[in-house]
Amino acid sequence: MLEVDTRGRSCPEPVIMTKNAVSGLQKEDSIKVLIGEEVAKENVGRFARNAGCEVDIEEKGNEEYKLIITKK
Amino acid sequence: MNDKKGIIITGAVIGLFGGLLVKLGNPLNMGICVACFIRDIAGSIGLHRAGVVQYLRPEILGFVLGAFIIARLTGEFKVTGGSSPISRFVIAMFVMIGALVFLGCPLRMVLRLAGGDWNAILGIVGFVLGVLVGSQFLKKGFTLGRSYKINKTSGYILPLIMVLFLILRVIKPGFIIFSESGPGAAYAPWIIALIAGLVIGIFAQRSRICMAGGIRDLYLIRDNHLITGFISIFVFAFIINLIFGNFNPGFAGQPAAHTDWLWNLLGMFLTGFGSVLLGGCPLRQTILAGEGNTDSAVTFFGYLVGAAIAHNFGLAASGSGVSFAGKFAVIFGIVVVGLIGISSIKLSRSN
Repeated sequence: MLEVDTRGRSCPEPVIMTKNAVSGLQKEDSIKVLIGEEVAKENVGRFARNAGCEVDIEEKGNEEYKLIITKK
Repeated sequence: MNDKKGIIITGAVIGLFGGLLVKLGNPLNMGICVACFIRDIAGSIGLHRAGVVQYLRPEILGFVLGAFIIARLTGEFKVTGGSSPISRFVIAMFVMIGALVFLGCPLRMVLRLAGGDWNAILGIVGFVLGVLVGSQFLKKGFTLGRSYKINKTSGYILPLIMVLFLILRVIKPGFIIFSESGPGAAYAPWIIALIAGLVIGIFAQRSRICMAGGIRDLYLIRDNHLITGFISIFVFAFIINLIFGNFNPGFAGQPAAHTDWLWNLLGMFLTGFGSVLLGGCPLRQTILAGEGNTDSAVTFFGYLVGAAIAHNFGLAASGSGVSFAGKFAVIFGIVVVGLIGISSIKLSRSN
């Protein structure tokens, strides 16, 4: 699975990195997005849902998140 | 509070306080202006000597402290740093210079429009163009690099400076300068200004409202979330201006504004362009600085120094228009910010 590491990137870079990765996805393909902060988690999640993807949020602790984004 | 309702309420709070603070003493169409108020703070601590714009604005102190308090309570206070601080400092200086050539930050731009100042329309055109150009850089891979978790102490420094400023505002020692006339001498009672700042700081932190982000997200990811806040500020400020009789449509004779359309446009172009590269408008950066983001705290100091330079070297506009030096600084700023942008794309590709 493709992994996108957005940790520490300032807004809106996590969203753009995710957007670039999602645009190459086929149906039911997934990517893993590593996120370092609350705001980016919201933004990336909102973007992915708007782009017609399913979003699974896994908390990694230490305020870090792993999002599994699957194209529907 | 990350839904539509939250961002609309935040816009309403800013718009209503924007109108109310004018009623209570702040300069016309300047209920809230992050750029103007940071400029006033720079003057009151003697970084510049423009006698009419020197005041320790409690609103700004409230923004930082409101964001700090709520971030602490919600567990979002996170001390980070290390994302090209010196580039941020320089971009921030030019964001401020652009704003002071237009005479207002993106927030005041909307408040000016809501007060009937049509010069703000040129500002909005420039701001939108600047955001679009900055967004192209982001599309091409522009980045100031990642930040890292750093020593917690650093996150407390700016909030503590704001507490110190608040004490200085209240006890008014002789070495702090307060304007005796002009916009700097027009202010609402400090306690109300502080409360307004705290409340806006809290709402802005929760909703992540950002003027530059609104246009950027609409363009880059077709997301209208943040722009809703922008529109909400306008609507509520407009209504309160109508109620208080502060809506005076026209180009000429507007408070703290000039009619030099090209430089209204280009000043805000520079502000919009730089703000997108920084990741947010002056309001958003101020809020982030309260949340422990030390790159944004450096940005805040960049604004402060940019404001001092703008007034020490006669770059800032006045009601009579923009000086040659001011025009030169805007063009120079667009070139410098553009060069930082281009080299930060190249760097991100070679890494």
